[in-house]
Amino acid sequence: MKMNRRNTSFVPLRSALLAALLLALPLAISAQSVPAASSSTAPMDMSAMPGMDHASMPGMAMPTTAGGTTKPAAKTPGKKAKKKHAPAAPASSSHEMTDMDHGATPGMDHGTMPATPAAISDMDHGSMPGMKHAATQAVGSTQGMMGPMQGGNAPADARSGDYSDGVAGSPVHMLHMHGSTPSGMLLVDQLEAFHGRDANGQGWEAEGWYGNDENKLWVRSEGERSRGMLEDGDLEAFWNHNVATFWSTQLGGRQELGEGPKRTWAAFGVQGLAPYWFDVEATGYVGASGRTAARLRADYDMLFTQRLILQPEAEINLYGKNDPQRRIGSGVSDVRFGLRLRYEIRRQFAPYVGMNWVRRIGTTADYARQDHQPVLDRQIVAGVRLWF
Amino acid sequence: MKSFSPSPATDLSRRRFVQGVALGGAAADLGLLRPSNVWALTSPGHPTVLSGTDFALDIVEVPVNYTGKTRLATTINGSIPGPILRWKEGTTVTLRVTNRLQHMPTSIHWHGIILPTGMDGVPGLSFDGIAPGETFVYQFQVRQSGTYWYHSHSGYQEQTGLYGPLVIEPAGPERYPTDRDYVVMLNDWTDENPERIYAKLKKQSDYYNFAQPTVPDFFRDVSAKGLRQALAMRKMWNEMRMNPTDFGDVSGYTYTYLMNGAVPAGNWTGIFKPGERIRLRFINGSAQTIFDVRIPGLKMTVISADGQDVEPVAVDEFRISVAETYDVIVEPQDERAYTLFAQSIDRSGYARGTLAPRAGMEAEVPKPDPIQWLAMQDMMGAMSMGGSAHGGMAGMDMGGAPVVHHARTEYRNPGVDMHVDMPRTNLDDPGIGLRDNGRRVLTYADLHTLGGPIDVREPGREIELHLTGNMERFIWSFDGIKYADAKPVHFNSGERLRIVLVNDTMMNHPIHLHGMWSELENPAGQFQVRKHTINVQPAQRISYAVSADNPGHWAYHCHLMYHMEAGMFREVVVS
Repeated sequence: MKMNRRNTSFVPLRSALLAALLLALPLAISAQSVPAASSSTAPMDMSAMPGMDHASMPGMAMPTTAGGTTKPAAKTPGKKAKKKHAPAAPASSSHEMTDMDHGATPGMDHGTMPATPAAISDMDHGSMPGMKHAATQAVGSTQGMMGPMQGGNAPADARSGDYSDGVAGSPVHMLHMHGSTPSGMLLVDQLEAFHGRDANGQGWEAEGWYGNDENKLWVRSEGERSRGMLEDGDLEAFWNHNVATFWSTQLGGRQELGEGPKRTWAAFGVQGLAPYWFDVEATGYVGASGRTAARLRADYDMLFTQRLILQPEAEINLYGKNDPQRRIGSGVSDVRFGLRLRYEIRRQFAPYVGMNWVRRIGTTADYARQDHQPVLDRQIVAGVRLWF
Repeated sequence: MKSFSPSPATDLSRRRFVQGVALGGAAADLGLLRPSNVWALTSPGHPTVLSGTDFALDIVEVPVNYTGKTRLATTINGSIPGPILRWKEGTTVTLRVTNRLQHMPTSIHWHGIILPTGMDGVPGLSFDGIAPGETFVYQFQVRQSGTYWYHSHSGYQEQTGLYGPLVIEPAGPERYPTDRDYVVMLNDWTDENPERIYAKLKKQSDYYNFAQPTVPDFFRDVSAKGLRQALAMRKMWNEMRMNPTDFGDVSGYTYTYLMNGAVPAGNWTGIFKPGERIRLRFINGSAQTIFDVRIPGLKMTVISADGQDVEPVAVDEFRISVAETYDVIVEPQDERAYTLFAQSIDRSGYARGTLAPRAGMEAEVPKPDPIQWLAMQDMMGAMSMGGSAHGGMAGMDMGGAPVVHHARTEYRNPGVDMHVDMPRTNLDDPGIGLRDNGRRVLTYADLHTLGGPIDVREPGREIELHLTGNMERFIWSFDGIKYADAKPVHFNSGERLRIVLVNDTMMNHPIHLHGMWSELENPAGQFQVRKHTINVQPAQRISYAVSADNPGHWAYHCHLMYHMEAGMFREVVVS
C-alpha cells in the first residue's frame, strides 16, 4: 500500500484544527461556568499555535480534509440535515469565525469570559445575506434600525418582555407547564458490518440524550470490533447546554474501550448545526500525564428523494503526544471519511450501504507500518440507522 | 403527493391512508360501544344536534377506525366531532360535563364565547379541570350569536377527538336568512399518540416534512433557471438553516383530514335543491392544520368570521387557520354535485365532502395545489417588498412603516432563530400557497365587521409581543420566553388597549385570546374585524384592540397545539 506521506501538507491543517479546538475550549468552559481548572491547557496550547486566525472553526477545515482523501461531497444546497454532526459552511462562515474570535480570545487568558453564550451566538451572525454590514455591527450593539436576522445583540431600544406589572399568575394549581417537558432520544447513527482490505468486523456510532431545551445529559459512543474482539472504542458522557440557536456546549468525559490501556479523559466541546446544514462536533480532551486530544466530526445529509439520503461524514482525531501503547502518534492521528446511502423506510429505521476510508497519519501511520497494519483502509459497509 | 409514494404498492396503501376507510368513523355511531347515556343514533359524518339550555356531555373513550387501524379516541358523547350544540342568544345555558375517562383529567373550553373566567375551562387558569368520574357544571349567559366551537384544553385531547361545533342563534332574526344550514367542521386525525408526535418533533423537527428540497430539485432549477439563480434561491435558507417548506410541522404523513368526522373517501354530503341558499359554517377544529377551502364551480359569500357578521364578500377560496370559523352562503343553481375541498396548507392532503341534490353523488376532487416555497416576504417582511430583496432602505416606502420593538429576551436566546426588523403590515396578502393562484382568495383586508367595534375608545396603551421560535429545535414562545418561564401579562380592568404582534418566525400562528374579543385593526390603526383567533402570517406585524372588561385569568396562546405545548402560551390577568 502506498504511504503517500506528505507530512508537511498537514501542518497548516493541524494548526487550524488545534486552533479550532482551543477556541471551543474556553467557550465550553466558561459558558458552563466551570472552575478554571481544565482551562489551564488553553494558554499552553495557545502559545504552541500562534498565528491562527479565522480558519479556526472546525468545519472550515473539514472540507479541506475530505478533499485530501477523496473529492469533497458535491456542494448541494437546498437540502436539510438531520440531527447529527457535520462540517461547517465553506464560504459563508468568515463572519462567524471573526465573531467567534472576538468572544473567544479574551477568554483564552483566564478562562473567564464575560459573556460566553453571547460569544457563541455570534457564530450565527453572518447568516443574513445583504445584511453583512449589520452583522458586523452586531458584535457590539446594533445601531440604527436594522439588526441581523439571526443572532446579534439586543438593540439599544429593546424593550422588556415583562408585562406583569407585578401581578401574580393564577392561584389555581398549575396542571401543566407548556414548554418544560423533558424528552429523550437514542440515535444509533451507524450499526454496521464492514469489509476491509485487511479486516472484517462491526462498527457502531451512537448517541443518546435526555433533558429539556436548555440542559441535557448527552451520551456518545463509537467503536469497532473485529475477529470477535472489541478493538477500539469509546464512551462519552456530557452535560449538554444550549448556548445559541444552533449550538450547544458539552462538558464531560470520555472512557476508552478496546485494546491497550483504557484511558480516561476530561472532555469539552461544542456541537451544532452550521450554515448550509452541516452538523458539527468539536471536542477537546485532557487526560492524565499531560495528554491532550481532539476529535472533529461533521456530517451532512443530501436528499436524493424524501427517503433516499446520502450522508457524507468526516472525522479527524488529533493527539498531543505519542501513545505507543495505544499505537497513536502525536498530531493528526487519523482521518476518516464515510459515504453512506440510506433509505428511510421510516424516519427511525433506515438500512444503508456505503464506503468508509480510514487514513492513518504521521507517527500513527508509522506505528501501523511497524505492526504491518494498513495505513489506508477502504471498507465497504452495510448497516442500519435507527433511533427511538 | 407523488413524492410520498415511490412505488405503486405504497401508492395504494398511501391512498387508503390519506383517503381513509369509507366507513370509518366513531364506532359509537355504529352502536359498537355506547356509554350509559342515550343520545340519538346518527350515521357517520352527521353529528347529533343538541339544542336547548340544559346539556349533559359525557367525555368518553371510544374505539375509532379511520385508516384501517383501530384507535381509542377521546370524544364527547361518543362521536367525532362531538354533538352540535345549538344555543340561543340571551339564554342561560347549563352544561354538565362528566369525565368518564379512565385516568385522564379533562376540560371543555367554549372557544370564542365571552363568559366569566371560572367557566372558561382552562385547567390551571380558570379551574382545576375535571377529574375522572367527576362532573363539572358550566353555567353562563349566552351574550352573542354565530358559529363557534368547543374543545378540550387538557393535554393533547384536541388531537384525539375532543371537539365539537357550537351554533348560537341570534335573539332576533338571522341577518342573512337561508334555506339550509350545515356545519362543516374540519379536523386532523392521527393514529399516532400525540405525545409521540410532540416527542418526534423535539427530536427531529422536520420529521413530518416530506416535501423538502432535494438534489434533483436543485438540478431541475439549474436547468430551468441557471446555476446562479438556483444557488441564489437556496442561499438564504441554507445560511439560516431554515426550511422553505415548513408550513405546519405535522403533515398528511400522519394526518387523515376529516370533514364532519368523515374521511375523504367517506364523502360527507350536504343535500340541497338547486336555487336554494345554503349557509355553510366552516370550523377549523384541527390541532395543527391550516386549511385552504374552496368549492369548485361555486362562489362563496363570506357573511361571518369567528361568529361575527361581516359585510358580505364573494370569494372563490379562503384560508381558515386553526380555531377560526367562517360562515359562507352558496347558491348552487344546477342539479349537480359540488366538491367541498379543504387542502392542508402544506398540500400533503385534504378534507373533502360534497354538496349534492341526492346522496351518493360526487364531483371531481381537485388535486392539491403545487407546493410553493415560502417567499421573501415570509422571511423578511417589508424589507423584501417594493424592490430588491436586500436593497436596504432605498427602494422602500418607509412612510408608515412602524418601528419594531424587539424584546431583550429575544437575543442571546437559543430559543429564538430569527428577528424581523421590518415586518409587513398589509392585511391583503392571502398568504403562502395562495398568492396569484388565479382565484379570488379572501384576506383579512376583505373582512369588515358590521356595526363597528364594541368599544370606540382609542386604546390607552400598547403591549407589543413577538412570536418567536426555533424551528430546528422545536421551541416556541412569546418574546423568546416559554410559558414555563413567563410571568403573566396584565391588563388593567376596564382599559382599552392595543396588542401588537410581530411574527419573528416563518410560520403562521393563529393567536387566540380567551375571554375578550380581539378587534383587528388595519395598518392605519382603524377597526377592521372582530375575531377570537387572529392568524399572524410569517414576518407580519398586526395590531388589535382589546377591551379588558372581563376580570380573571385567561389563556392567550398560539392555537397550533404543538406550538402551544412547546411554550407559545401566556396567562393574561385582567384586574
